[in-house]
Amino acid sequence: MRERAHILVCGGTGCVSGQSKLIMDEFKKEAAALGIEQEIKLIFTGCFGLCAKGPIVVIYPEGAFYGPVSVSDVKEIVSEHILKGRIVTRLLGTDTCEKGVNKSIAESAFYKSQQRIVLKNCGLIDPEDIDEYLAYDGYSAYEKAVTQMMRQQVIDCIKASGLRGRGGGGFLTGLKWQFCLEAKGKQKYVVCNADEGDPGAFMDRSILEGDPQSIIEAMMIAGYAVGSDKGYVYVRAEYPIAVSRLDIAIKQARAYGILGKNAMGLGHAFDIEIRLGAGAFVCGEETALLRSIEGKRGEPRQRPPFPAVKGLFDKPTLINNVETLGNIPQIILNGAEWFAAIGTEKSRGTKVFALGGKINNTGLVEIPMGTTLRTVIEEIGGGIPNGKKFKAAQTGGPSGGCIPASHIDTPIDYDNLIALGSMMGSGGLIVMDEENCMVDIAKFYLEFTEEESCGKCTPCRIGNKRLYEILERISEGKGELSDLDKLEQLSHYIKDNSLCGLGQTAPNPVLSTLKYFRDEYVAHVRDKKCPAGVCKALVSYTIIPEKCIGCTLCKRVCPVDAIIGELKGKHVIDTAKCIKCDACVGACKKGAISK
Amino acid sequence: MKSLEELQAIRERMKSQIQSREQAGGNDIRVVVGMATCGIAAGARAVLAALTEETAKSGLSNVKAGQTGCVGICAYEPIVEVFFPGKEKVTYVLMDPDKMRAVFKSHVLSGQPIQEYTYTYAIADKGEK
Ligand SMILES: Cc1cc2nc3c(=O)[nH]c(=O)nc-3n(C[C@H](O)[C@H](O)[C@H](O)COP(=O)(O)O)c2cc1C
Repeated sequence: MRERAHILVCGGTGCVSGQSKLIMDEFKKEAAALGIEQEIKLIFTGCFGLCAKGPIVVIYPEGAFYGPVSVSDVKEIVSEHILKGRIVTRLLGTDTCEKGVNKSIAESAFYKSQQRIVLKNCGLIDPEDIDEYLAYDGYSAYEKAVTQMMRQQVIDCIKASGLRGRGGGGFLTGLKWQFCLEAKGKQKYVVCNADEGDPGAFMDRSILEGDPQSIIEAMMIAGYAVGSDKGYVYVRAEYPIAVSRLDIAIKQARAYGILGKNAMGLGHAFDIEIRLGAGAFVCGEETALLRSIEGKRGEPRQRPPFPAVKGLFDKPTLINNVETLGNIPQIILNGAEWFAAIGTEKSRGTKVFALGGKINNTGLVEIPMGTTLRTVIEEIGGGIPNGKKFKAAQTGGPSGGCIPASHIDTPIDYDNLIALGSMMGSGGLIVMDEENCMVDIAKFYLEFTEEESCGKCTPCRIGNKRLYEILERISEGKGELSDLDKLEQLSHYIKDNSLCGLGQTAPNPVLSTLKYFRDEYVAHVRDKKCPAGVCKALVSYTIIPEKCIGCTLCKRVCPVDAIIGELKGKHVIDTAKCIKCDACVGACKKGAISK
Repeated sequence: MKSLEELQAIRERMKSQIQSREQAGGNDIRVVVGMATCGIAAGARAVLAALTEETAKSGLSNVKAGQTGCVGICAYEPIVEVFFPGKEKVTYVLMDPDKMRAVFKSHVLSGQPIQEYTYTYAIADKGEK
């Protein structure tokens, strides 16, 4: 029997931390209480993308998009929607509800400009049930590759698609496969890079959580193409849900004879093992990652030789990022032309971004390459909260840079981002408004890279530390104008002389903020002011007497009794006592406190 | 180990199950059962079960079975409405599982509404008396 209602509850990490597991249980309980458990299908899915509205529940066939849903809402959803067919409009997202009526999810502002290729099954299938993956053409791409295509044809197809690596480097995937195919050696390996170390990034995690079988299928296709029978997925132990779903997926694929000695009876052997990383950023770098799989200390080495020639255990190794692999089955199934028609000339296809920071719709989005930053922020992202002004977007994480508001109409692709002094990176996109200090942002990333440097080469180990110290000085008002030149010189020196990508890109956040926001640096150094009011040492809080009405609200929230004044009298702040905690600013209803 | 044929069989079996997981589009035939308190009291649940079963059996992906709230003519429950793309909706009243199956075969599958079960017929009938 076919269930008449499918209830999809988001099982991505974000919604799970919002108690979506309890919501699942509650649906089970309520449905059982009404005796309708046979009529519904409850599915714990991967990420829907609109994390800001989580926990999310979607009910088909109506396509009602509920969020945020709490455990106590479930009873009403079951008795009203499931039993009586009345959609609970109170719980519909503003985006999917028009004049109290449920609107098509695909038409909502958040999804309309997106194109989901890698995320196509995310939030749609049960990632712990291989049959559901099969229902959406699962393993048809592998079957097609092995039964209808020669190895070289598979590689030619990937080449023609124009797919580039999504792990940060942007190298042409087909070309990499070709190198690995041509490398000499009987034993070859396929490695999936799921280390995902950028702060704020969760694209790869969500793909593994939402559609792990697609990555297995992609690795099998890669194995067939380059002549490998063994794959490893290197994933960080901090991603427990991703690890467990991948583990379940591998076991189910083995049980079906899809992975194993004679995959699907087609004569090609392939199996996969999971390797857990301990969460060092540098272990995402491919040579360090391979060493880590070998059980050694995760330190990068010189390239060449590239892993495709000499990789894991010194054997030719194909290493690709999760999202890169996620595109493979779709390219094989739909053809290179289909994929190449999406995106821009040198950046084909789509890119998944983890949208965060000062934006209403924080979450996971997949957009065609060439979509403008404006579309991402204003339409998909739903704009900046509290009516604040957009200042800049940070892409590429600690290796990237920022795109200032003046370039908001730039189409996002590999080359445009590089031209702006940033980079695509793996897909973190952090939105900043006028209350973000750019010196502080640069300092944040340098603190990260300085700590994550493996210490093997001097420019990175010591250079980045010095960069951080200069930034710290500037943020404390102890900087000099000559520091700005020092920052630039040292940055270039580190970039030119570091061994691996970590050091070569670590100064980018400094260079890019200096390029677009030099004024802000100068204000810190010369005027001893932080225009955004973030750097504590440079702000002092005062009460504007004309605006103060003597309501005592600020006085009551001050944790150190630094505010003096009587009811209905003017208040003043004792700057010697003030610890700049910002509590008074939040409390004042008249905007009387300036910093 | 599963053979290619077995995997294909799983795909097909699952495909008919997951059809419920698609939002009805402009070209779909929608069939809804009134499932408010009045409908349920009159036996709409059995009608809905028959509808779901028939839809699954048909294997058609463009038929979307669902439910709706109170239509406002509670005396005529259980009520079923059939929406063909580009056509006026047809409202069936005083339905039961057998009538539902008949409507599915004749109207949904062959495009021939069963006039005797419709609301228009029911009120015209009353008018005559
Ligand atoms: C410091 C550093 C960290 C990296 N972290 C990751 C990562 O977390 N995930 C990833 O896929 N690639 C990461 N890379 C890029 C990898 O070295 C490599 O280019 C990538 O896995 C290749 O796969 P692709 O061609 O599919 O992008 C990192 C590189 C550097 C220098």
